[in-house]
Amino acid sequence: MSQYAWLIPVLPFSSFVAIVFLLKKSKAASAAYALASMVASFVVALGILIEKVQDPKAIEIAVNWLNIPEMGNFRGLNVQMGLLIDPLSAAMLFIVTFIAILVTLFSIGYMEGDEGFSRYFAYLSLFAFSMLGLVVANNYFQMFVFWELVGLSSYLLIGFWYHKPSAADAAQKAFITNRWADFAFMVGIILLFVYFGTFNFAELGPAIEHTKDAAFITLIGILIFIGPVGKSAQFPLHVWLPDAMEGPTPVSAFIHAATMVAAGVYLIARGFILFESSETTMLVIAYIGGFTALFAASIAIVQKDIKRVLAYSTLSQLGYMVMAMGVGSLTAGMFHLTTHAFFKALLFLGAGSVIHAMHHEQDMFKMGALSKKMPVTTWTFVIGSLALAGVFPLAGFWSKDEILLAAQHHNFTGLFVLGVIVAFMTAFYMFRLIFVAFFGEKKSDHHAHETSWLMTLPLVLLSVFAVLAGFLNSPWFYEAFGKSFSTFVFFGEPEIPHLDLGVAGLSTVAALAGIFTAWLIYSRKAIPAESIAKKFSGLYKLLWNKYYIDDFYQWLFDKVMFMTGKALDWVDHHIIDGFFDGFAKLVGFTGSKLRLTQTGALQNYALVIFGAVVFFVLLASTPLLGGVIK
Amino acid sequence: MDFSAVTIEILVALLGLVLLVTGLLLPPDHKKANGYIAVVGLLGILAFSLSGDAGRSGTFLYGLYTLDSLSKYFKEIFMIAAILVILMSLSYTKRFREGKGEYFSILLFALLGMMVMVSSNDFITLYIGLELMTISFVILTAFDRSSLKSSEAGVKYVLLSAMSSAVLLYGLSIFYGLSGTTEYAGFITCLQSGGLGPALILAIVMVLAGFGFKISAVPFHMWSPDIYEGAPTPITAFLATGSKAAGFAVLIRLLLQVLPSQHVNFSGIIIMLAVLTIIVGNLIAIPQKNIKRMLAFSSIAHAGYILLGLVAFTGMGVGAMLYYIFIYIFANAGAFASVTALSNITGSDEIEDFGGMWKRSPLVTAVLMISLLSMAGIPPAAGFVGKFYLFASIIKEGYVWLALVAIGMSVVSLYYYVMVIRVMLTGQVKSDEPVTVPASLKTVMVVSSAATIFLGVYAGPLTSWTSSVASMFVK
Repeated sequence: MSQYAWLIPVLPFSSFVAIVFLLKKSKAASAAYALASMVASFVVALGILIEKVQDPKAIEIAVNWLNIPEMGNFRGLNVQMGLLIDPLSAAMLFIVTFIAILVTLFSIGYMEGDEGFSRYFAYLSLFAFSMLGLVVANNYFQMFVFWELVGLSSYLLIGFWYHKPSAADAAQKAFITNRWADFAFMVGIILLFVYFGTFNFAELGPAIEHTKDAAFITLIGILIFIGPVGKSAQFPLHVWLPDAMEGPTPVSAFIHAATMVAAGVYLIARGFILFESSETTMLVIAYIGGFTALFAASIAIVQKDIKRVLAYSTLSQLGYMVMAMGVGSLTAGMFHLTTHAFFKALLFLGAGSVIHAMHHEQDMFKMGALSKKMPVTTWTFVIGSLALAGVFPLAGFWSKDEILLAAQHHNFTGLFVLGVIVAFMTAFYMFRLIFVAFFGEKKSDHHAHETSWLMTLPLVLLSVFAVLAGFLNSPWFYEAFGKSFSTFVFFGEPEIPHLDLGVAGLSTVAALAGIFTAWLIYSRKAIPAESIAKKFSGLYKLLWNKYYIDDFYQWLFDKVMFMTGKALDWVDHHIIDGFFDGFAKLVGFTGSKLRLTQTGALQNYALVIFGAVVFFVLLASTPLLGGVIK
Repeated sequence: MDFSAVTIEILVALLGLVLLVTGLLLPPDHKKANGYIAVVGLLGILAFSLSGDAGRSGTFLYGLYTLDSLSKYFKEIFMIAAILVILMSLSYTKRFREGKGEYFSILLFALLGMMVMVSSNDFITLYIGLELMTISFVILTAFDRSSLKSSEAGVKYVLLSAMSSAVLLYGLSIFYGLSGTTEYAGFITCLQSGGLGPALILAIVMVLAGFGFKISAVPFHMWSPDIYEGAPTPITAFLATGSKAAGFAVLIRLLLQVLPSQHVNFSGIIIMLAVLTIIVGNLIAIPQKNIKRMLAFSSIAHAGYILLGLVAFTGMGVGAMLYYIFIYIFANAGAFASVTALSNITGSDEIEDFGGMWKRSPLVTAVLMISLLSMAGIPPAAGFVGKFYLFASIIKEGYVWLALVAIGMSVVSLYYYVMVIRVMLTGQVKSDEPVTVPASLKTVMVVSSAATIFLGVYAGPLTSWTSSVASMFVK
């Protein structure tokens, strides 16, 4: 099956090309082709996954893409485009293609009647292609190229409703924030190449293990890690993700569950040997992840927009994954990525269903009592929330446990405690959302109704996975089949799953306490929410404004960068043009402004040229004329 | 005498002269036909040059003039740029009140000047080529006599280039004074005997200033925004691509072939020029409201990136420069063709007039978007491979800090490129009148964006070509 792996990214790409050039006119054909190509990719991915479960040996196929021969002391540059199929990529391919099918299916219902229907499916296919190309990459360069393509296609999708200024702003913000991160990533891989002479993962592995230069490895590791900080929206480059909600909701589901943000975590797993070789890098990764988990969870607590709650929850869960990688457990990070893909896709599509039914109302305080009108959506949403909160025996319980266990096992007590607190907060904000939006009395005059089967079918399918996916890494699964997630995707030695009753008990108590608190405040109204907000108004304001980080960045761009540009432009224009304009007025010349400007500018342009020549001559002759200048 | 080394130049000169005659013979309403003749003729000459029948190497006039892989590469680049510019001009010339026929032949003389510059093996020949190019450009810049801005730009350009030429000539005359010869070969021999002292440095700086003006490196850049804004758009495109490429071609030849022994003396200046150019170009581009001015500053910034190849001062660096210049021509041709398409309809070059462009012309939007993304260095557009190649070449020489500056500023550049894309997608629609794009312009747009994507996705053939050209500079 592995020899057909190239089909996985190529099929969605064919769908992109076909829709753009041939099928654009026919909505049905566009959607059908997109869906069919995703299903075909999924079948191949499934075949590969089964093959890898039986025989986990990595397979690599590659062609030369860019080859600059050796010249003199120049070592030459060889860049490949290839496929690396091992358990890690096989698992990821399965997740991405599976979520892609459901998102496509859901979108057919969600985007119905939109004037950009065909275009939407073209972009969605491009997005899937970019992500799948990234997953199968066998070298850093290819990964970077597809990494950028993921960025570009997410730009197109987030800004899909470009007539909304907020969507255009969000798309731009996502794109540019990510570029800052990619900048460090790019320097990192160039340095990697200069030092080791290859981009290839398999060749780099042993080379990195044998290198003595620890400081250099740390530098490269941190530079490359900045890439995932951007893509996986870790603090301080997280600002784009919540705004990315402006895109169509199925796209948010795709971004949050299986593409874009997962790419960052996947990169850490793919290049794990590089990060693992430096203790400092690992510490940085662990604490950035942990901090993001806490930081984002605290913001999620005060959000009112249903999608924003989910967005900050994604941030927080991504923090968990990154933290798991940082404390040294690739398995825990990837496992949480897997289970999270299912229940976060479920939650987003559920939110999409609600928003669709509410005619694009996203404020949860204007919903209420949806459980009666939309039973399927409601109950699948509750399952997703329970899974996210980590309630036994749903998927999130197992993966969250794995992370907490890893933190405890590697003696990161601080991060362990932080993990438990975040578990409490997660349960709280999810059930705040459920009690407010789905239960209680109607908060506005809405006529919500259950959505069509195209939209509920993915919800039901996903909720099955949200319940069951966790068992993949449970002791029971291992006893029954002699295999588990942790003996499939791992770094170093495979671990056999076990359940630590202390950790499991603690996290369950935290989750239940969160749900109970939410129930007290929002369902029983034992303590009115407003009075809490009033009492801690300073804190509330801080959280509501997302710690003012977005504002800070805005200020940085608007004031600092834009002003510097303006100032330079001003010098270019006013000091030169303006001086002569003003001079002319002063003396009383009333001739044509243009002519005066022209004369003035010319003299000054010339002055700059000659001045620069003199300056450079002096500069260049300093060493020669040493005595004279002194 | 071996004329095979100058066949291409002779053919271009002949074509230019033929156009002068046909320009007079054609009826006033059909002067445009001259453009078609020029395009067909140049395509033929380009094919002839690429086929290799025109000779691969050789010298003319006892070594005053040389044909080698570097000059051949650049001549082919110039011809491609000229063809694109002429196609762009076809719909633009209707604005000119007179001289519609001569326009094309002057354009060819500018092209001839560039070719002479890159092939010359002698300071005087170099200067003649330079002036042929410059004076042709002055005429072209001021060609739109109905526009005040165009005339103003012409006057500014003639005065400022005269000054920069003066500086350059002073430098060249010092070279002659020191060595007693104007030939590169003799000058190199003289340099090897050593001990030319401070006067040599003075001369090198002056030569750098002269060509820094042509490539619009900061602080010799101030002319370019004014002139780019004022000149007819196709000429702006030619200035930004052809003229700049010619400047770089001469710099590569002079610095790496004639003056490599003096590298210690000028390497610091090149680094300073590169850093200043990248930073100032990108920052001033941000607040621009006129797209031609924005593209002018962006082209200043690109000159800075290309200069990085000279900072590296290796075969790889030159290879990266050659590649970058090639793809940069297509990105600019695409961008300026889109601007021409719009200004043909509205007569304006303001960025805000691009509002809602995707509704009026999806083609213009797509082409401008691809071109700008290539300039910003986003894959799969070719600009990404080009930037990667350049940055890798300097990191390889240990200039990590410089690469950080360059990459950082290229992220900054994304602000102003994406701003234009944003306006096209979301801005206020100024009018519902659809933008019709003439076929000639459409050709330029489609060809340049296809090339931009193709060279980004499959860079292999071009990089092997550029590295074989650059292999002559391997130490």
